[in-house]
Amino acid sequence: MIKKIISSVAIATCLTVAGIASAETKVGFVYVGPIGDHGWSYQHNQSRLALEKALDVKTSYVESVPEGADAERVIRQLAADGNDVIFTTSFGYMNPTNKVAKKFPKVKFEHATGYKRGNNVSTYSARFYEGRAVLGAIAGKMTKTNTIGYIASFPIPEVIRGINAMTLAARKVNPDVKVKVVGVNTWFDPGKEGDAAKALIDQGADVITQHTDSPAPLQVAEKRGVYGFGQASNMKAFAPKAQLTAIVNNWDKYYIKQVKAAQDGSWASTDTWDGIKAGMVTMAPYADAVPQDVRDYADSVKASIVDGSFHPFQGPIKNQKGEVVVKEGETIPDGDLAKMGWYVEGVDGTIPK
Amino acid sequence: MDILIAAILTIITAATPLLFAALGELVTEKSGVLNLGVEGMMIMGAIIGFVAVHHTGSASVAIIASMVAGAFMASIFAILVLKFHARQVPTGLALTIFGLGLSALIGQSMIGVAYTGIPKIAIPGLASIPVIGNILFNQDGLVYLSILMVIVVYWFMNKTRAGLILRAVGDSHDAAHAMGYSVVKIRFMAILFGGAMAGVGGAYLSLAYSPLWVEGMTAGRGWIALALVVFASWKVGRVLLGAYLFGGITILQLHAQALGIGIPSQVMSMLPYLATILVLVFISRDKTKIKLNSPASLGKPFHESR
Repeated sequence: MIKKIISSVAIATCLTVAGIASAETKVGFVYVGPIGDHGWSYQHNQSRLALEKALDVKTSYVESVPEGADAERVIRQLAADGNDVIFTTSFGYMNPTNKVAKKFPKVKFEHATGYKRGNNVSTYSARFYEGRAVLGAIAGKMTKTNTIGYIASFPIPEVIRGINAMTLAARKVNPDVKVKVVGVNTWFDPGKEGDAAKALIDQGADVITQHTDSPAPLQVAEKRGVYGFGQASNMKAFAPKAQLTAIVNNWDKYYIKQVKAAQDGSWASTDTWDGIKAGMVTMAPYADAVPQDVRDYADSVKASIVDGSFHPFQGPIKNQKGEVVVKEGETIPDGDLAKMGWYVEGVDGTIPK
Repeated sequence: MDILIAAILTIITAATPLLFAALGELVTEKSGVLNLGVEGMMIMGAIIGFVAVHHTGSASVAIIASMVAGAFMASIFAILVLKFHARQVPTGLALTIFGLGLSALIGQSMIGVAYTGIPKIAIPGLASIPVIGNILFNQDGLVYLSILMVIVVYWFMNKTRAGLILRAVGDSHDAAHAMGYSVVKIRFMAILFGGAMAGVGGAYLSLAYSPLWVEGMTAGRGWIALALVVFASWKVGRVLLGAYLFGGITILQLHAQALGIGIPSQVMSMLPYLATILVLVFISRDKTKIKLNSPASLGKPFHESR
């Protein structure tokens, strides 16, 4: 106990000394959307605030930065401003991040959802598909029309993986389930997302889910008396009855861990892909509409993902033509998941080539 | 049949915000002023309308507040452009950027706040007509207002002396000035009207279309409204057609996707733009008529001294 106190005092002194000597750690964030999107960027910003609370750091952020040439300018500016760690939180920042990182070898870069790393560039992402599998389990049990509506943004692996994970989980409990997919070609357009929800509900979907960022589809679900799921953050306020649960992104632990590592000098370039187990993907509380047996089942799916006894992409898995592409006992490896470009059986839709 | 009716109902909600904003911009442009700030005025209407309904609970108050907000934004533009002779294009762009930023600031406390949406008004008797009753006579107040405004703007532009003067100012401000009309005053009114209409178009988004507030929720609709005015060659009827065509194809392509038609979603997303432009360009392909319709002084600065 005394040892602990002494060591923490020692650490504290060190920190203060370091603080006087080289000023506190500066951390910069780049967001693709506005922090008021109540979705993706909002959650990153929540974790920035958590980081500020947990550690002695000074953070700054730039929001609504388009993916492209502009991003490079913003990232370079943050690096030039003396930030020690810079989090670039969208896939499209991959090349700009790596480009700037080469010019600022002392700055640590953290790029979300990308795959290019360097000596001072780490990548991180969350296994959202694990959350999608839980949603699928609930949706499969809740649907009466056996039709699930899925509002997709872009036909990229991240989105396709989510659609497949949900479809597989739903058909496991209800083999008659069909998943109708509508692509809106945007991450964020409340009006259009809502319209897509209406189209899906009009065509018989009684449970919808979305891979776009606004709560508009949930609002439509609430109004039409069907069910839906929150995306990226808890959207219960918009649909108290309709939101069965939500996938909530939680970057708190990761941001604190990485910045702490940068502070004590143990930071090294890594690739992190964590899910429910590490607390990066969390689920919002169930709505009243979810019956006890469905809750129990969803909890068991969650628990089996955490203890490793179940993987959302374990065989047998059939493709849309009904051919077995993953045999029983096999699991799709991470590398193939990262570039997934095909739908599983039960998905009603085609992937643009 | 049910799907068709459902689709039409959705089309109406998709077209209404565009219709409001485009009608307002049409009047502004007819007076010879190009205001590229529609997006900024719309989003200010959206947030102020949402704040108003949140605090007062009254949809009517919210709609009026959104009009005032849009007109207020437009007045900034009008003062800069008419009094200080600022260039219209950059000033309009600046207004859009300003509106997006200011609305985000005002809306900080509105993130995560829910609203049920403005009520539908069923017109007694008519609403119970099968099929069309539900489509035409069971809408929210703003849909009726948008159609009413089409008629009002058409009547004003084509049947009244004031409309004739407004068009004269837009066609040749020097001639209108020489005739003794106050170009600045008339343009100021036209810009304010444009702002109020953009504001209510924005309020339709945050009060009826997807009743919530999130930053940047107009998602480019101001720009589509601007384009509609040009492609409709400044004709009220064609603005109505264009708005409904754009809304219609947007919704139908979503339905087509849900039905599992194997066309890439990117192509589908392109269709509303493509079809609207093609149709409007086709019906207004007569060059002389375009020349007659387009305000000849559009975008040109006016100096009284000259």
